[in-house]
Amino acid sequence: MSAETLSRQDRQSATTRAVRSILASRETAIVLVILAIIAVATAMNQSFLFSGQGWRDLLLTPSILMVMAVGSAVVIITRNVDLSVGSTLAITAYMSGRLFVDLPGTPIIVVVLLGILVGAVLGLINGALVAFGKVPALVVTLGTMYIYRGAVLTWAGSDRINASDMPREFLGLGTMQIVSIPLLTIVAVLVLIVAGYWLASTRSGREMYAIGSDPEAAKLYGLPTTKRVITAFILGGALAGLAGVMYAARYGTVSASAGLGWEFQAIGAAVIGGVAIFGGSGTVWGAAFGAILLMTINRVLPIVGIPDFWQRAVVGALIIGAIVLDRYLSVRRHRKLQEARDDA
Amino acid sequence: MSLSESTPVLELAGVRKTFGSVTALADGSITVYSGSIHALVGENGAGKSTLIKIVAGLHRRDSGIFRFRGADAAFNSTAEAKNAGIAVIYQEPTLFPDLSVTENIFMGRQPRSRGGRIDKQAMQDEAAEIFARLGVNLDLNRPADGLSIADQQIIEIAKAISLDAHLLIMDEPTAALSGVEVERLFAVARSLRDEGRGIVFISHRFDEIFSLCDTITVMRDGSYVATTPTAETSNDELVTMMVGREVADLYPKTEAEIGEVVLEVENLKSAGTFADISFTVRAGEIVGLAGLVGAGRSEIVRAIFGVDSYDTGSVALNGSPVPKGRPSAAIRAGMALVPEDRRQQGLVVDASLARNIGAAIRRRLSRFGLITTSAENRAAAPWAGRLEVKTSALSMNAATMSGGNQQKVAIAKWLATDPSLLIIDEPTRGIDVGTKAEVHRLLSQLAGEGMAILMISSELPEVMGMADRILVVGEGRISAELDREEATAEKVMHAATARHEKNRQEAAA
Repeated sequence: MSAETLSRQDRQSATTRAVRSILASRETAIVLVILAIIAVATAMNQSFLFSGQGWRDLLLTPSILMVMAVGSAVVIITRNVDLSVGSTLAITAYMSGRLFVDLPGTPIIVVVLLGILVGAVLGLINGALVAFGKVPALVVTLGTMYIYRGAVLTWAGSDRINASDMPREFLGLGTMQIVSIPLLTIVAVLVLIVAGYWLASTRSGREMYAIGSDPEAAKLYGLPTTKRVITAFILGGALAGLAGVMYAARYGTVSASAGLGWEFQAIGAAVIGGVAIFGGSGTVWGAAFGAILLMTINRVLPIVGIPDFWQRAVVGALIIGAIVLDRYLSVRRHRKLQEARDDA
Repeated sequence: MSLSESTPVLELAGVRKTFGSVTALADGSITVYSGSIHALVGENGAGKSTLIKIVAGLHRRDSGIFRFRGADAAFNSTAEAKNAGIAVIYQEPTLFPDLSVTENIFMGRQPRSRGGRIDKQAMQDEAAEIFARLGVNLDLNRPADGLSIADQQIIEIAKAISLDAHLLIMDEPTAALSGVEVERLFAVARSLRDEGRGIVFISHRFDEIFSLCDTITVMRDGSYVATTPTAETSNDELVTMMVGREVADLYPKTEAEIGEVVLEVENLKSAGTFADISFTVRAGEIVGLAGLVGAGRSEIVRAIFGVDSYDTGSVALNGSPVPKGRPSAAIRAGMALVPEDRRQQGLVVDASLARNIGAAIRRRLSRFGLITTSAENRAAAPWAGRLEVKTSALSMNAATMSGGNQQKVAIAKWLATDPSLLIIDEPTRGIDVGTKAEVHRLLSQLAGEGMAILMISSELPEVMGMADRILVVGEGRISAELDREEATAEKVMHAATARHEKNRQEAAA
């Protein structure tokens, strides 16, 4: 076979492969499920989609979790996990309110940047402990989850930042819409696009996958494993920090219990979105769609008339279902490939 | 080609490396010239892999001379070695299973266009070009997961070619390649040599060494033995240099009375790992499983013991069938497995000696569901005494013991269950020579008492010295069964690679 025909065949199969992989991808499946859920909800209650309020909530509600899920996805792809992001969110959310109270007139951009910076530093602490201390991420971040939460509890006590404590312009950002699309949603989508591009198309991004796929091989390849793992945690922390500022602007009230349990929602979103819990595969797009699915289901279940208890159970079932499905598909693929090899 | 005119690309002299109390490399010496294919031969455990890992930047040498392209070298990481121009193709490929074939070749040094964006088209084109040069038709976009070892090796080779390395080290690259693939690889290796690169080629197959290499360096027991031009040596001479001692002296095998069939394995098959595995082990008999690393020996015993399941076939112990996939049933039936990796699979290294010995018989030791330390000590004492485990008290931590003592504890743990079949995987790996003999004496003694023993070993003299019968495994199949009297190093080596020969003939036909 000449090289020319070979490459033509390659190109042909590349196109069909692209089409097939889009049709078969987890991202597509989740988008379809989300659309179906929206259709059902809209059928039962027209205003779910076809009202200014409904449309806004549909886009606005998932945006903060999307930002966190993107960060969690990056960390999980490197075969780590960050349980402290919910506590990080609480710290930067409370700090944002505090800044407006204690230093009135602080420019909003400074508050936003400070939130990201503080989140990044908290992430750096996690990353350094994991990468240098060789302590499993699950243990490190379980510890810092409580420590960070403890810090904000000590700082805030029973105090609560109210909407009246924060400038109107800042709160306005939380509900502001540009061409009928909420600003927070635009922020979340921008984060998603940048993170998605980075992971898919740069060396450092691809190395994240490599490290998660096989840490030993990454060492043999001479990849800067330590640096990359720390980067993942810094990114996860920074995005949680940004999510905290978004939280303050969106809800207007911040107490020490802000974002309690969100770390699990973020991880759940990533897993539902096809990010393998042992690293190496999945996309931030999947994680973001997973976040949209989780938040939308939470809003739709009461409309459909499902009791509160079952709403949580549905989320749990989704997570387990996603993992079981992944496991089943990968075992089946592995077996098929091996049998094909034996027969050859 | 005159060797004296070209410069040595790699020079090692008297390189030493120890891990704790174990000397992995006592005197590593090799001089490789540009434009030469240099064979490095020796038994498993002769120190070849350690030597290579030092060159590759995975280990640092303790002492000795290491020069690369005329300059002193000491690599702290694989990245440094790689940047200097050293490419290594390891025995067991290390790829990223989730990533595509192309990404696996270029990971860490993908071609980039403006703005740091990976130029996927350029990457794809270069990969296609390398594969065309190798004459391989491999889907560039499929994930590496599920690829055969042969295809994984091809990726490793493609990686080394794309690195444009000055020195290429191939650690048994042909172990899993078919005849056609080997010929193709040799053609590529020759053309790389003609471009003036130095190549180190490690292989157990003499036919390959004689057809490809111009120089041969032999190692034994971690030390340099000799370097000779290929044209001036022979098969027999190489084997003598590699083995280098009388086998019988080191291995105190005593004659034991062979009794009834204890283990009967019939037609065991597991897709992708092994097939057609049938053999028996009798009471008082030591059966050795020989073969190359990765041939499937460990997988076979894991399946027999029930750690892994298998597709078809049957296992029977003392005449009654053993259900598959259930180690607890295998233990109850009278099997014991001392695994290859003591620290991870054989022992609880952070627990006391007594607790480790008592671990396999916990149920018998417990009263009302509770186990007392004194009960553990009572049960452990006779075993520790009998095995001469040198540790002052039974409460000593297993982690602080020497490798030899750890191995004896791992064996004692299972002897406490009073098994009729002992399966032992690499009984003396990483153990110093003195303690080795003690482990061998113990195995011999157990056989003498009527225990059936199935022993995996990659050390040829050990297999030939200890086993009554040798089963040679090649690519997941039993390729030969040799009696103690008829077994020679050559015959075993030949059988370990025999299936390849057959494949090669079929491919050629």
